[in-house]
Amino acid sequence: MEQGGFFYQALVYMAAAVVAVPVAKKLGLGSVLGYLLAGVIIGPFVLGFVGQEGEDVMHFAEFGVVMMLFLIGLELQPSMIWKMRAPILGLGGAQVGLTSVIIMGIAIAFGLAWQTALAIGLTFALSSTAIVLQTLNEKGLLKTEGGQNAFSVLLFQDIAVIPILAILPLLAVKDMVHAVADDGHHEATTWIDGLPIWGQTIVVLGVVAGIIFAGRYMISPVFRLIAKTQLRELFTAAALLLVVATAVLMTKVGLSPALGTFLAGVVLAQSEYRHELESDIEPFKGLLLGLFFIAVGASIDFHLIASDPLLIAGLVVLLIAVKFIVLFIIGRFFKMGLDNNIMFAFSLAQGGEFAFVLFSFATQNSIIENGITGPLVAVVAVSMALTPLLMLINERLIQPRFGTKEKEIIADEITSEKNVIIAGFGRVGSTIGRFLQANGVTATYLDVDPDNVDLLRKMGLKVFYGDASRTDLLHAAGAEYADLLILAVDDPGKTLEISENVKKHYPKLDLVVRSKGWFDSYELIDLGVKHIYREYLDTSLRMAADALCKLGHRRYEVYRSIKTFRKHDERFLHELAEKRHNQSELISEARQRIEDLEQLMLKEQEDQHKEKDLGWDPATLIEEFGKMQADQETPTE
Amino acid sequence: MKKILILFAHPAFRKSRINKVLIDGIKDIEGVTLRDLYQLYPEMDINVEKEQELLNHHDVIIFHHPFYWYSTPPILKEWLDLVLEHGWAYGSHGNALKNKWFFNVMTTGGSQDAYCTKGYNRFTIRQLLAPLEQTAKLCKMHFLPPYVVHGTHSISKEGVLKHRENYSKLLTGLVNDEIDLKALEKMEYFNQYLSKSLKQR
Repeated sequence: MEQGGFFYQALVYMAAAVVAVPVAKKLGLGSVLGYLLAGVIIGPFVLGFVGQEGEDVMHFAEFGVVMMLFLIGLELQPSMIWKMRAPILGLGGAQVGLTSVIIMGIAIAFGLAWQTALAIGLTFALSSTAIVLQTLNEKGLLKTEGGQNAFSVLLFQDIAVIPILAILPLLAVKDMVHAVADDGHHEATTWIDGLPIWGQTIVVLGVVAGIIFAGRYMISPVFRLIAKTQLRELFTAAALLLVVATAVLMTKVGLSPALGTFLAGVVLAQSEYRHELESDIEPFKGLLLGLFFIAVGASIDFHLIASDPLLIAGLVVLLIAVKFIVLFIIGRFFKMGLDNNIMFAFSLAQGGEFAFVLFSFATQNSIIENGITGPLVAVVAVSMALTPLLMLINERLIQPRFGTKEKEIIADEITSEKNVIIAGFGRVGSTIGRFLQANGVTATYLDVDPDNVDLLRKMGLKVFYGDASRTDLLHAAGAEYADLLILAVDDPGKTLEISENVKKHYPKLDLVVRSKGWFDSYELIDLGVKHIYREYLDTSLRMAADALCKLGHRRYEVYRSIKTFRKHDERFLHELAEKRHNQSELISEARQRIEDLEQLMLKEQEDQHKEKDLGWDPATLIEEFGKMQADQETPTE
Repeated sequence: MKKILILFAHPAFRKSRINKVLIDGIKDIEGVTLRDLYQLYPEMDINVEKEQELLNHHDVIIFHHPFYWYSTPPILKEWLDLVLEHGWAYGSHGNALKNKWFFNVMTTGGSQDAYCTKGYNRFTIRQLLAPLEQTAKLCKMHFLPPYVVHGTHSISKEGVLKHRENYSKLLTGLVNDEIDLKALEKMEYFNQYLSKSLKQR
């Protein structure tokens, strides 16, 4: 690479992304298409800013896919995977099997050897995890039936890559073997190459078990130590290290690194550091994935396409059609709804990034001739680039034809699960949490004290480590989908900061906020927070009530009086907050407090006379009946 | 055009099977104000001023509730005690409710047969509602017969849906002045009026 090459490349890639992605988003095309177009534009066939080294960039950026699977794993509890076992094995198995066989048949019809045809079939059966998941996620479709099933199929494909890599060398076409036989082998050096099959199996199983064990029992204490240093960048480094180490380990035993990090993610899905890990890895994943899409765009060989456009276009259409039809039929067989089924079929009807690896591997092993590989790679790249477009067509033109029929729900309506986040798990937060739990509401808790988090976790509570004033962490905790955020943080400054953040980034999220006293409450009111709870108020009033009772007051009267008092106090709080804006002069907080208090007490004296439960007070009744009686009595006298 | 105020009271609404459906059927009728008292006043701290103001703005007042121990749930009694002030609702100067209409919409486990001299409840619904009838009278209101859902423990789903339809029809009829209140006043149940007018059609 030339001098300053790195900076030059960084400049080109980032500039392309920064320009193309917002434009694509604005046009409603989605970010993936934006990245791909950016890649095409800076690629060797349009502007020529990047040349063949685009392929190296692609290999580097594939790590983004690895990170993405780690993040997906973090979101999936092991129990959920277990629930998905039927679609993973059934849908995935059927898709890979059927598609491979059909494409193999077509390839044989084109006059290729059956070994070559099988290799092409297996490779074309795989779809693009990166493009599909990113697009589905962006459109919010990942949680739908079709999205879940697409994910299941992708997961099966990721697993299927391992046996495919194992089978490919066995398919070598005899005539070509001698020329390149030695080449292919040293590419995939792993620790287990020399071992017999049973030894390999033991090593692989051992490594997987090791990852599970480490995730369960070692990660938490280590991260707790790191969290205690209070250095954020150290935590980020540790999180990256975790992902990279898992990927390297997996490669060393011959497994797909994406699969390995996915496994690590699933194991850590129950860890208290889940949200922190998520928000630390997320930006890297986003960047690398973007880079990956750009590289895919840049690697499309337009010369090759231009040399035989009809052949390439025909093959692309054939590939997409075959995959679509197979997926659609399988979806039908698995009883998916029509709209979900079409979305599912459209989303997976492309070649995947594994194809680049598998095709070069197959070429090295003399399974596929060099002349054929070029067009095949082009077909995969074009089909990948078309996917976001196909999904756009599905979304805009096809889905609107399905009117979602709302069923009338009577009597036994289902109250959907509400999402609650509680920030701060000290005395106040824990009491709130316990009460919610006693009423069947489970919340997501966030706390900054690693020891505290550890202790509460041991008692089986869903507590996560993290500072709620960080927007990315709130995001990872699910603030976007939450119905309620309860702020029980001890520090008024932090409380204000979080409230401000939430009001800015999640204006729809309802806030229930603990405050210290009058002054921080004023500021919260100014921010537009509606539910403010001064931490001393209820306790003081209960103490005052008991004191009055001890002095001989009637309990019921005291109880009612307390309620009235609290209502008034809350009203005054808002009045005083308002008044503060009208004051031009600046008075000291202490002076202000005394003045406010004086006003309060004066007002209460006044209200005491107004506030009576008149229905229970017979004074006017006695008066009227007294007069009636007097009138009746007059004549007899 | 009449405006209707429904004061609804059910201390365990979440577990109710019938009232949920009834309420569901009347949510969007124009001219009807629904007040879920237990939701508004969880501590029974009734806002008397607010309640009186609402009464001022409506022509028909409905107590909608399950029939507990031959009476209303406690919050409605509290509401009566506090909101119907002397000198406002009754007494020589209390004319705020004068000429408004009042009736109950109730659900009860017992069948209609149980509510008669020979039944195990020994009194008719109307007899048991005497305190409320007299309350209405003292406040110079017209007392209308109650709409009652009987036999709630064994009612079919279709039966509940029929009541839901009736309830909504009844309210719309009142709002649009389509109900002959004079004829209705003489009846034992509001239910009778509805089945009669249906037959005529």
